[in-house]
Amino acid sequence: MNEHVIVQTISKILIPFIQLYALYVLAHGELGPGGGFQAGAIFGASIVLYVLAFGMKSAKLRFKSKVFDFLTSAGVFIFATVGVLCMIAGGAFLQYSSLPLPTKKLASGIGIYGIEIGVFITVTAVLVTIFFETAEQDDD
Amino acid sequence: MTLTEHLPILIIILPLFAAVIMPLTGVVNRSLCWYFTVVVTFLVFLIALSLVCNVMEAGRISYWLGGWKPPWGIEYVVDKVSALVLLVVSFIAFAVAIYARRSVEKEIAKSKVPLFYSVYLLFITGSMGVTITGDIFNLYVFLEITSLSLYTLIAMGPKRRALIASFNYLILGTIAGTFVLIGVGYLYMVTGTLNMADLRVLLPELYGSSAVLTAFAFFTVGLSLKLALFPLHIWLPNAYSYAPSVVSAVVAATATKVSAYVLFRILFTVFTVEFDTSVVPVTYLLIFFSSVAIIMGSVIALSQTNIKRMLAYSSIGQIGYIVLGAALTNELALTGSIIHIFNHALMKGSLFLVVGIVVYKTGIDDISGFKGLGRKMPISMAAFTLGALSMIGAPLTVGFVSKWYLAIGAINAGMWFLVPVILVSSILTAVYFWRVVEKIYFHKADEVEEIVTEYEVDGAGCACKRFEAPLTMLIPTFVLSVLCILFGIAANIPAGIASSAAKMLLGGGG
Repeated sequence: MNEHVIVQTISKILIPFIQLYALYVLAHGELGPGGGFQAGAIFGASIVLYVLAFGMKSAKLRFKSKVFDFLTSAGVFIFATVGVLCMIAGGAFLQYSSLPLPTKKLASGIGIYGIEIGVFITVTAVLVTIFFETAEQDDD
Repeated sequence: MTLTEHLPILIIILPLFAAVIMPLTGVVNRSLCWYFTVVVTFLVFLIALSLVCNVMEAGRISYWLGGWKPPWGIEYVVDKVSALVLLVVSFIAFAVAIYARRSVEKEIAKSKVPLFYSVYLLFITGSMGVTITGDIFNLYVFLEITSLSLYTLIAMGPKRRALIASFNYLILGTIAGTFVLIGVGYLYMVTGTLNMADLRVLLPELYGSSAVLTAFAFFTVGLSLKLALFPLHIWLPNAYSYAPSVVSAVVAATATKVSAYVLFRILFTVFTVEFDTSVVPVTYLLIFFSSVAIIMGSVIALSQTNIKRMLAYSSIGQIGYIVLGAALTNELALTGSIIHIFNHALMKGSLFLVVGIVVYKTGIDDISGFKGLGRKMPISMAAFTLGALSMIGAPLTVGFVSKWYLAIGAINAGMWFLVPVILVSSILTAVYFWRVVEKIYFHKADEVEEIVTEYEVDGAGCACKRFEAPLTMLIPTFVLSVLCILFGIAANIPAGIASSAAKMLLGGGG
């Protein structure tokens, strides 16, 4: 795995852009095509690319599977928390417009962002976990 | 909005939150997980109880997710049927959660215990969601949550065969799920709506359309696979018998019931009774297959030597009863069917819990292992006997009540030939349960008493002298089996709810 200089160099250049693009898709989700799921898939793909280029061992040093386990739950937690905050603010579950912010429009926007970030985190973490789990089978 | 108005969503959110936090709780302290699960399932049970009370007083409750008006937004509906199923599922979930502590300690690796409880709560979330939702796509999503968590739970079984059983279930469950999704897709294609009440209004004009007929076919087959109706039952025996004891109990008591509930919803809420009987005579097909299921389930159960498999095949027969009642489409039979969801959950739950106790104490899951247990574990064996009597349908037990309603319903529908089917299956049930009861009370125990099994690694159970199971296992088991008698005598309470639920389903209430 150490010989692939071209693959490794290009991956090093590309990965930040892929991740930036993922964040763009996340941020753009409420207005155009995109959203948390797609962004999570792209972000997960960037990590998969890293593993493919640099091998499992160096990937294991960078990404602890415990962290991804935690993130998987954390994403769902954020999603549900935003929903419950709406309830505490007096609306129905996930009724963003009831969030206590200056305008209803802003409240909806922020609420959807919260949800999308939760989805983004969970999708990334689950994709990477699935990839690690299946990749590890061959290593053992 | 007040807290009471939020109850329909809290019943979903609470176990979901708990499921997400559970792995973290496991990091803090592993033994906390069990307490946490018990508290959460108890709260869910309380919510279900108050929902039932509200529904009986005020009628249909509707909750709009995100404040969106129903045909566009997702609607959660609590009516008499769903309230009853919610109550059953949450009660069993609570009882089994109490029971789970010791059994899980023994059958599941220590590091996986927090994950087990997490997935368990996710399963409860899914079952609750399936029951409460009034949106047909949301229903598919929750159905998949339930199934996915179930595959995981079954795969945690102590034997390696559990993996194969879980994988088989995964394949068939996915096919079933896909069928349901295709059905949803076709209905959405022709009507443009996903709300069940709205579909009911829009569909009658389109009953001739082949897309609607295709959707209906996919729904029927997919759900029959999910609820293990006779020819589509092959995933069930292995899944039940290789799963951890706790999971067998909760799955046998709730999972197929929830699928049966979904079938009711599709047959009677999304489509109408006229459609089921005259446009596509699916009810005749269902009557045929469920009668075969009733007989074949009992016959195959007769030949089993493994107690869990025997109970699994008996479940297939019992599912036949539930579907039969629905397929007869008259009020009494449907009442019997709905009440059987409730009753079968109680009796199969208690039976599987007793089997779990026996496996916990002796490690044997073979019928011959029950020899002489009547002396050694009098309380659990009494619970087993009560459960068995209910399954047979002896008077004064819950089993009698539902069979009575079904038989009367069959006669009212002019299908008297179904009465012998019910009788024959009751006799067969008596025969295969008698084999076990005989072993329990009339055989002497084998000399080898405490057998160390393959998964009795930490030797948790063998150290104690008393042979009866620990109280956390004994109490839920015994309570379930006592309820089998209690609701057999005070049958008017569940029957009252069930008959008004049946009236509502047949009368076109959403």
